[in-house]
Amino acid sequence: MRQIAIYGKGGIGKSTTTQNTVAALAEAGYRCMIVGCDPKADATRLILHKKSQATVMDLARERGAVEDLELEEVLLDGFKGVKCVESGGPEPGVGCAGRGVITAINFLEENGAYAPDLDFVFYDVLGDVVCGGFAMPIREGKAKEIYIVTSGEMMAIYAANNISRGILKYAQSGGVRLGGLICNSRKVDREYELVSEFAEKLGTQLLHFIPRDNMVQKAELNRMTVVEYAPEHPQADEYRALAKKMAENKNLYIPTPLTMDELEELLAKYGFLD
Amino acid sequence: MKIMDHVELYKSEDYKELFENKKQFECPYSEEEVKKIEEYTKTEEYKEKNFARKALTINPAKACQPLGALLCALGFKDTLPFVQGSQGCVAYFRSHLSRHFKEPVPAVSTSMTEDAAVFGGLSNMIEGLENAYALYKPKMFAISTTCMTEVIGDDLNAFIKKAKQQGVIPKGIPTPYANTPSFTGSHINGYDVMLRGILNYMTTGLKASQTERINIIPGFDTYSGNYREIKRLLRLMDVPYILLADISDSLDAPNYGDYEMYSGGTPLGDVVDSINSTATVALQKYSTIKTGELIKEVWRQPFVNVPYPVGIKNTDLFLDVISQLSGKPIPDEIIEERGRVVDAMIDSYAYIHGKRFALIGDPDLLLGLISFILELGGIPVHIVCTNGDEDFEKEAYALLKTEPLFGSEGKVYIKKDMWHLRSLLFTEPVDLLIGNSYCKALWKDTGIPLIRVGFPIFDRHHMHRYPIIGYAGALNLLTLMVNTVLDELDRQTKDSPSFDVIR
Repeated sequence: MRQIAIYGKGGIGKSTTTQNTVAALAEAGYRCMIVGCDPKADATRLILHKKSQATVMDLARERGAVEDLELEEVLLDGFKGVKCVESGGPEPGVGCAGRGVITAINFLEENGAYAPDLDFVFYDVLGDVVCGGFAMPIREGKAKEIYIVTSGEMMAIYAANNISRGILKYAQSGGVRLGGLICNSRKVDREYELVSEFAEKLGTQLLHFIPRDNMVQKAELNRMTVVEYAPEHPQADEYRALAKKMAENKNLYIPTPLTMDELEELLAKYGFLD
Repeated sequence: MKIMDHVELYKSEDYKELFENKKQFECPYSEEEVKKIEEYTKTEEYKEKNFARKALTINPAKACQPLGALLCALGFKDTLPFVQGSQGCVAYFRSHLSRHFKEPVPAVSTSMTEDAAVFGGLSNMIEGLENAYALYKPKMFAISTTCMTEVIGDDLNAFIKKAKQQGVIPKGIPTPYANTPSFTGSHINGYDVMLRGILNYMTTGLKASQTERINIIPGFDTYSGNYREIKRLLRLMDVPYILLADISDSLDAPNYGDYEMYSGGTPLGDVVDSINSTATVALQKYSTIKTGELIKEVWRQPFVNVPYPVGIKNTDLFLDVISQLSGKPIPDEIIEERGRVVDAMIDSYAYIHGKRFALIGDPDLLLGLISFILELGGIPVHIVCTNGDEDFEKEAYALLKTEPLFGSEGKVYIKKDMWHLRSLLFTEPVDLLIGNSYCKALWKDTGIPLIRVGFPIFDRHHMHRYPIIGYAGALNLLTLMVNTVLDELDRQTKDSPSFDVIR
């Protein structure tokens, strides 16, 4: 079983990319599980064809304690048998979402969600590693492989660099490694070159460059991945290519985050600071 | 079935064998090795390592903020201490205070568990207030928090408002609150912010008029005898007063056969009226900083900090301040009492003079004790204050300087714990140790006689019923000190001609 965590700036397309990649992996016969680590609970919508109503924390709140839940209630089957679970969490502005992630993952572990026949477990983690809770998927030998979704936009690159600093911390104390960057294109000028060079400076690889295509949005409106909604569309092949690369990827890196000066120099080179 | 006393029980063969067998799991080293390490911990070299320690605290002489808030809340009539947080924390505060006072301690928690940590404690607050009001019918809730609540950032004010909007408790019931994160400060800060919260809540929007009463704030004080002593002195002086947070009857209640949940405490009407008093006199400084700011800046009322009235000089100062503020003279009865205590000090002087002391406890208590020891010709050597800050350090050194003959040797250690003190006791031994019950571990290791003063005192009874402030308190402390010296003298001279019936 390979456990993979997906990080990246908020709104960059982590959930879309993860679900499309998982759909392609499932199509290829791999058994996968997605663990959504975001109180918004929208990491499994395209696989389940609806927003999950049965998140671990929502049910725990209803029942009073997480011990009162059954695994089957929160572990749902989606497209091609992909297992989906959402941690859920509090409304914005109250409580502690990070603790919700910890509670949910502990629950999954204790109740045998990590079935031995799974090939892949994906953690789709909210935005940045803002506190210990959101580092839960990469703590204590869970996900050892991380992919960062980014684009050629300045703030996305900043965020990716920042996340790398978090990974570096866990890489030094444990076996956590960066598998590479995934560029979810925003059609920025010379985006491929910029993200490639950034990946190189970060001591990692640009695993795949996903071109921008409206089909993604169309499929999303239909609560589906492109792989399911338009399997013949070239965009579906992009996700299949990414899935293949990920499945075959053996290159795992300890990232070398850039200093602020280096980062700004890089961005300037590609015309951001004209 | 015969139930054996544990003293005898642990001497039995069964237990001897059990303890011997346990060694392999608990301490799998030879007795020589253990002895060797034990000796090493007594050396100067180890002391230096010990004082270089950064990441670890061993037996700190402090408790956490909400415990102080709870003690403060218990000092008000018909008030239920209500803690937004986990049940285990409140169980600790209650048992800690119960073990000290040997009294039941009423307090409730909102039993926050894992789901509350994730979703926030709003529903716990609402249900908690509803239940507690239905069951215990308090006239005031004094609300504090635990670490969990503080880490997740529960908005107490909004939660309490919401509970009142939903009508689970009457709108008019006072619900003062204080944020009391345990991971910063100590019980003295928790006491302070709770008191400030209560005074602020009860007087918000009121305009001060002038009454003849004087507010007295004892501070974080766990001697019920001290509260009674303050009241006795003020009665003798015929000074009208409001004692703010009077725990004397809530934690040292008379036993008439029935349990009364809200016995004693400062009447809530008096709390409202406290804004109108002539002045407020606080007997501690470090547990009344925030409260003092409220009184000075919001109430615009004179706020006088006197040193904790331990010993003759500090009691003189306290009474002088009261006399000045009230315009009432100090009556002969008190002056005679003072004279008798001074006489007693002279009687015992030979045994205390030149004795070297180590002290550990709260900042205000330590300042009081230093002052009294200097009056007795004792030498404060090690002064350890886990919850002391740089201001306290400066103040303590300034105090030591006032009596160079006895004070010049004294060293003040702030933010240090009992394990630091242990090193000091081995490298620079003293004659007497003053501290709470946990110091008995230091007595066990060093053999230095322990005089139990402070909080908590779990292992000797009724200590809290005897004041340590005022002239009466000075006499009590003197008696404790000199008789500890004499007990030790008898022990040491058992087999010598010095073993005498007269001391």
